[in-house]
Amino acid sequence: MNSFLTHPIPVSWYLLVSAVLFALGVIGFLVKRNLITVFMSIELMLNAVNLSFVAFAHQWHAVKGQIFVFFVMVVAAAEAAVGLAIIIAVFRARNTLAVDRINLMKL
Amino acid sequence: MDAINHSILTLILLVPLAGAILIAILPDRGKLPNWIALITSLVTFALTLHLPAHFVAGRPGFQFQVNIPWIQNPAIFYHVGVDGLSMWLVVLAGILAPIGVLASWNPIKERRKIYYSLFMVQQTSMFGVFIALDLMLYYGFWELSLVPMAVLIAMYGRKDGPKAALRFFLYTFIPSAPLLVAILWLYARTGTFNFIALQSLIANGSLPAIALSWCSLAFLVAFAVKVPIFPLHGWLASAYSEAPVALAMVIAGKLGLYSLLRFQVGLFPVQARAIAPLLIALAVIGILYGACMALVQRDFWRLIAFAALSLFSMIVLAIYGLTLTGWTGAVYQILNDGVVEGAIFLLLGALENRYATSAIGEYGGLAAKLPRTASFFVITALAMVGLPMLNSFVGEFLILSSTFTEVNRGWAVAATLGVILSAAYMLWLVQRLFYGQPSTMAGRVAARDLRFHELAALVPLAVLMLVMGLAPTLWLRTIQAGVHPPAQKESAVLPQTVPLHASVLAVSSREEGQR
Amino acid sequence: MNGSLHLWLIPLLPFAGFLFNGIVGGKLPKWLVTLVGLAAPLGAFLVVLSAARGLIGFAPAVALPYVETCPQPWISAGIVHVNFSLVLDQLSTVMLLIVTGVGFLIHVYSVGYMNDDAGFARYFSYLNLFLFFMTTLVLAGNVLLMFVGWEGVGLASYLLIGFWFHKDSASNAGIKAFIVNRIGDFGFLIGIFLLLANFGTLTFSQIGAKLNADPTWQGGILNIIALCLLFGATGKSAQLPLYIWLPDAMEGPTPVSALIHAATMVTAGVYMISRTHVLFNHAPFALGTVAVIGAATCFFAATMGLAQNDIKRVLAYSTISQLGYMFLGCGVAAYSAAIFHLMSHAFFKALLFLGAGAVIHAMGGEQDMRKMGGLWKKMPVTFACMTAAVMAICGIPPFSGFFSKDAILYAAYLHGTEGKILWGVGVVTALITALYMFRLWYMTFLGSPRGEEHHHHPTPLSMQVPIIILGILSLCGGWVGIGRFGRYLGHTVGPMPTQGGSLRLELILSGIAVFLAFEGWMIIDKYYRRNPERPAQLVARLPGAYKLLFNKYYVDEMYGATFVKPLLLGSRYVLDWFVDKAILGSAAWLLAGIATMSGGILQRWQSGNIRSYAAWLAAAAAAVLLFVVVPWATVLAGFGIHIGMAGH
Repeated sequence: MNSFLTHPIPVSWYLLVSAVLFALGVIGFLVKRNLITVFMSIELMLNAVNLSFVAFAHQWHAVKGQIFVFFVMVVAAAEAAVGLAIIIAVFRARNTLAVDRINLMKL
Repeated sequence: MDAINHSILTLILLVPLAGAILIAILPDRGKLPNWIALITSLVTFALTLHLPAHFVAGRPGFQFQVNIPWIQNPAIFYHVGVDGLSMWLVVLAGILAPIGVLASWNPIKERRKIYYSLFMVQQTSMFGVFIALDLMLYYGFWELSLVPMAVLIAMYGRKDGPKAALRFFLYTFIPSAPLLVAILWLYARTGTFNFIALQSLIANGSLPAIALSWCSLAFLVAFAVKVPIFPLHGWLASAYSEAPVALAMVIAGKLGLYSLLRFQVGLFPVQARAIAPLLIALAVIGILYGACMALVQRDFWRLIAFAALSLFSMIVLAIYGLTLTGWTGAVYQILNDGVVEGAIFLLLGALENRYATSAIGEYGGLAAKLPRTASFFVITALAMVGLPMLNSFVGEFLILSSTFTEVNRGWAVAATLGVILSAAYMLWLVQRLFYGQPSTMAGRVAARDLRFHELAALVPLAVLMLVMGLAPTLWLRTIQAGVHPPAQKESAVLPQTVPLHASVLAVSSREEGQR
Repeated sequence: MNGSLHLWLIPLLPFAGFLFNGIVGGKLPKWLVTLVGLAAPLGAFLVVLSAARGLIGFAPAVALPYVETCPQPWISAGIVHVNFSLVLDQLSTVMLLIVTGVGFLIHVYSVGYMNDDAGFARYFSYLNLFLFFMTTLVLAGNVLLMFVGWEGVGLASYLLIGFWFHKDSASNAGIKAFIVNRIGDFGFLIGIFLLLANFGTLTFSQIGAKLNADPTWQGGILNIIALCLLFGATGKSAQLPLYIWLPDAMEGPTPVSALIHAATMVTAGVYMISRTHVLFNHAPFALGTVAVIGAATCFFAATMGLAQNDIKRVLAYSTISQLGYMFLGCGVAAYSAAIFHLMSHAFFKALLFLGAGAVIHAMGGEQDMRKMGGLWKKMPVTFACMTAAVMAICGIPPFSGFFSKDAILYAAYLHGTEGKILWGVGVVTALITALYMFRLWYMTFLGSPRGEEHHHHPTPLSMQVPIIILGILSLCGGWVGIGRFGRYLGHTVGPMPTQGGSLRLELILSGIAVFLAFEGWMIIDKYYRRNPERPAQLVARLPGAYKLLFNKYYVDEMYGATFVKPLLLGSRYVLDWFVDKAILGSAAWLLAGIATMSGGILQRWQSGNIRSYAAWLAAAAAAVLLFVVVPWATVLAGFGIHIGMAGH
């Protein structure tokens, strides 16, 4: 019972959680219609990646992985700001946040 | 002074770019972008004037050179410099920039910010093409000169912008790909993009001849489309009738012709000589074809497009005549055409801006209402048809006399026929626009004569036409020292190998000339 | 002044006048425009006079030929080296005196004639521009500078013919003149290129020296060069086959017709041939062609003049005809005689046009001779002067034209066997000349007024004085005599041909010419004064011939059908529609079509839906993952397929 304390959780468990989280993010991205939910799904994917970074950093005792996490968090924060601004702009322009209706990229 | 000489070319590149960025940053309020663009382009023009002021005429090779490594691998250098061939072209691009801004002053009313920042990027790329001596750098500027152009045509076209932009895009981008391949092949074989080094390496004969022929062909096609040379002119008429005036001024001619001189014939003299007969023929066909087509156009932009085809073909004729006289005339004629086309575009743009049509038939009898426009138009038209004392005459005379005496009399006579036709289409245009009784449209629309900003652009051009016609030596001296047509073929040195097809007339006259 | 003549002032004074009146003249009071407009040619004339003291009897100021060269070359590149060099010699002195002298008189006349015109300043600026180019043409020391003036006078002519640009006929005539001149200039240019190719220089004196150094160099390429130059001359001087622009050029203001299309510009061709006479002397075939073209033109133009009713058109055809005489003179190597006739023609033809202008002015713009008549009572001074001019052009002694025409015909007669034929044509033309000129004289001034009565405009003094001066010159201009004139010009253009001639022969020949001229006068007198119905009867009896002459042998229509129409139609239908739009256009669009089609297929993926992009992205990522993770080599080996290293 105390193997929990004596033996660290194997890295594969972290990776499994990370993979599940990532898959949830992908599914959410593909399935959800609301732009904000889509956006949150992206955040979810990023965090899944972060988790695996941290896990590997712990595994290999390399600090690089944790530094990457900080980078990703900074980028995610910036992205959140820009992304939300874009979402607001899109909403103002189109009065909807349904992804299917936003198809400006089509020629 | 050395510091300035060293950095002047970089400054010329950077100032318009800085202007573009500044325009992009600052808000699109009122005429703010116009003013920034005007000031930047005037500063750039002033900077370009530094070149002729400090150019040492007698010194061979490139001047104001900068050559610093840019990218390690592949070895791309920031290598720029000018010689007698390119220096005045830089100045020409410099003077056309503020004139282009003035020409856009009224017609561009919306989205000024994008327009002017892209316009300034376009300026940078033109300067870059003229001064780059590293092939990769050159290619970058060459492509950069195409992109803003296509975007601007699509966004600011008059009626059918996207279609014309697509045409322009298809015609000019597709041949650019083989050009890139050829440049990369040269790099793969030689390990350098340096123009001067490549020139001597190719001259050494260390590269396989067949591959060089393909390379030269790739260069030729990319440039020939941009000139354009008959029959690759399909994009020209639609681009002229759609592009904003300021861009139509620079869209054709200069860049392609310069590149032919510098990079096609300059790098591949042997191959160029081999293909010269074909190009001379195409050039003469282009002269006559363009002139005949200009006679029957009903839209003045299309008319000017075919006139331009005719004029540029004249320069191509000189380039592939491969003579010193012809090349000097060719470079001079590029300058002349820049000035004359600039003025004619300003004037026609002014007319279209006032009357909102480019159909010649709608016009008539404007001379009484717009006397100043009429006067400037007549002067420009006369310059265009090569009236002595105005600039184009000097260039055309040099080109034709070189073709006549040193290339081929038959083609030269045919090319001279263009002199008659050019007078016909230009004067007929003048008549249909300005003479006769005022047309119904001219009577209906109340229009003012040239405004101050239009005069500010036209007067310098008109003065230039006269000065360049009367004192061409100011330019010719540097140009002549800077152009190096490939040495005459051996047959001219060794009389026993005079080609059999040389006309009897030419031979007999040479004999008599020696007596 | 170091013996300097300041020749550069001669062209530059009119140029300054052009700039002044052209740029600011429109806003200035009329007197100032007039002052500047007149000062320019007067100044030029005075400079010419001071330079030409030798001709008038004072000791020559400088040795002729006198050359002034700008230290800076004009064009210098490769094989082309051309200077701004002005040359004053006997030939250019005579020509300059005519150009600036007659030019000044016509400027004065224009002040009265154009007084009410809104474009007064524009008119004078163009007129000054013309003088600038004409003096450049005359003074030019090399062929290219001459070409500058040559094209330039064509420009001035274009601007002045189309001066009343609101009239379609005027602007059409202007364009026609310019383009026909350009066709001639095409020949001239080719000639220049050939000169450059064969002589390596364009300077007249050097070309002449090279030719003189080798008298055996005859014909061959020289014939071709000379024929090219001749083609240029036929354009400018309205000779066959390029004369068609001159009659239409009468759309311009009448003083312009007098100055440009009678006295000076159209004689440029004669001047050019005289200037390059060394070349022509070495090119016998070309020289013969000059004579034939001259004789043919002078005959055909005279016949066309017979059937015209517009007073200015009659004069236009007579100009072409008289220019034909000058070409004939050049063609028989009697350059002095040609220039002599050029001079007297400048006097009497300018006078005829100015007189016609006064008549038109008096008639309130009417140009149709059928509506004139009996004007001698109303304008006696003009009538007297015009009479002198008519006598001069018909070659009736002692008027100026008699001496000069006589010199040409005599030289033609001496010119071998074919010269007799040329002389015959010339003499018959003299008869026809008398016919159409006296017809004009009778229809305009004598008889009784026809048509509706116009209220008569008085002729202002500024128009009267030039007419009187030219009247005097038309009378006495020839008294200097071809002998003295020929000796003076001989320094430049060589002596008059005299081989096989004698005083008796000359007297007989001129007697015949004078007799025929009088005969012409008598015929017209019979037809138009004593028997006014006869002309109409004659026309009725020969309708075909009359129609042919009236329509000028349908040459205009012929050129239109053979050159202009095919060019325009061919350009429109063959080049524009077929070659450009159908062939090149479809080739381009085929390329575009391929690009668009492949783009269309690829475009399916670009749904614009973010989620579909994301799905593709995910699928692709999964595929990559699958590719990396699955040990393909092992899997395939299980199927018996060996790839890569698995082979050994």
